[in-house]
Amino acid sequence: MINAGDTSFMLISSALVMFMTPGLALFYGGMVRHKNILSTLVQSFICLGIVSIIWICYGYSMAFGPDIGSFIGNLDWAFLNGVSLSPGPYADSIPHLLFCCFQLMFAIITPALITGAFAERMKFSAFLLFTVLWTTLVYLPVCHWVWGGGWIGKMGALDFAGGTVIHINSGTAALVCALMIGKRKGWRKEPFMPHNLSLTVLGAGILWFGWFGFNAGSALSAGETASLAFMNTQLAAGSAAVSWIISEWILHGKPTTLGAASGAVAGLVAITPPAGFVGPVSSVIIGLLAGVICYLAISLKNRFNYDDALDVVAVHGIGGLWGALATGLFASAAMNPGGANGLFFGNPKLLGFQFIGALATILFSAVVTAIILKGIDLTVGLRITDEDEVQGLDLSQHSEVGFSL
Amino acid sequence: MKKIEAIIKPFKLDAVKDILNEIGIQGMTVSEVKGYGRQKGHKEIYRGAEYIVDFIPKVKIEIFLASDRVSQVVKEICRVAYTGKVGDGKIFILPVEDSIRIRTGEKGADAL
Repeated sequence: MINAGDTSFMLISSALVMFMTPGLALFYGGMVRHKNILSTLVQSFICLGIVSIIWICYGYSMAFGPDIGSFIGNLDWAFLNGVSLSPGPYADSIPHLLFCCFQLMFAIITPALITGAFAERMKFSAFLLFTVLWTTLVYLPVCHWVWGGGWIGKMGALDFAGGTVIHINSGTAALVCALMIGKRKGWRKEPFMPHNLSLTVLGAGILWFGWFGFNAGSALSAGETASLAFMNTQLAAGSAAVSWIISEWILHGKPTTLGAASGAVAGLVAITPPAGFVGPVSSVIIGLLAGVICYLAISLKNRFNYDDALDVVAVHGIGGLWGALATGLFASAAMNPGGANGLFFGNPKLLGFQFIGALATILFSAVVTAIILKGIDLTVGLRITDEDEVQGLDLSQHSEVGFSL
Repeated sequence: MKKIEAIIKPFKLDAVKDILNEIGIQGMTVSEVKGYGRQKGHKEIYRGAEYIVDFIPKVKIEIFLASDRVSQVVKEICRVAYTGKVGDGKIFILPVEDSIRIRTGEKGADAL
């Protein structure tokens, strides 16, 4: 039966998650050079349109519709056929259409996260094609595996708000994108310094704010689990911001603003999968470690020589992986009877499920993303010309500039 | 006639302008410039990556004046722009062939 409290909470949560995408746009936009700010902003912003259309045509049905072989949903719910204002199978106290709307916001931000990897060098046409294909061929199946009645969820792996579906998935795709599209012109020869970190801090703040909808809303009702997820979200984000700046203070001599903002996002990523399954003290530990792990992970790109422009792999990929495994360690059925115990509460099997779920997602996302990118490269081409890259994508792709100074 | 080009620390501009006014220098041209000398650049850190920024902001003052005033002006600029730390700047003195005031057509020192 529809419950007004749950429904209003989920309406607000959906709006909060929607706000994360323009927040992400600012987070990323401040980190690129000024000649690429608009092209970076629009890559996130336009996902609000593209993915919405995909979602009602076939996306929601393939992700959450009736299951085919634990792998993908069928097309019974295409064009939202049968997705009514009565409760659906996923939540019994809110309209089915509202659940569909809430999940749409997740589907929007996931491809937007990947844009940080290929920032400052991808053709807009190639980006649009990539977003359509990646959402269809990678996001929808993985979402189904974990949440839509597919095999990872059935196996018993836990992913409260999308550590595997969203962060490991997008982080892996980001790595493949960075490798296949190649380095920005002048990488490691000239400094690529962020042009406006004020925007980045504002964007991180909006992400943090929206993440309450992302995590608490994933309880799908306004009750105990939502409250737990809300508190855990705050604790992990704050802890990770602190541990990130302490790490860089020790290793590089100065605590930075970008470090505090990045640390908060890393903590939010890490707490996403366990948000509704762990206790507050565990959240602080998960957050503190997330700040250190993701900060150290950033050095990977120099060691392995790939240009992940805005560190999507380190923050979302590694952060999401840590969160998924942390769920297997810290989950406690005392906190959420609908969850399970993790290793530290006497159940080592959960850690195994978490590992298998993460590994399968990494392999699937990597292979399919690579095939998609190869196909785009052979048809419309992935990358802009050298001349356009030096001029900046704002002018060369969109004929406009973000700043007239 | 001479031209003085003084490259100084930006925060010293007001002090230099005031002292030049006091000793009767009528005008100057000021530009924000970037460069480096023995001070070298500074370090910026973004997500653990350290960037050395070679060019640091300075202010360049250009003054045209009669040759007999040069030593006094140089002395005063040196006095007020001084901090004692590396990076205080430099002063260059160049010969000038002529000057013309556009409004009146005056030439030479009269046009200054």
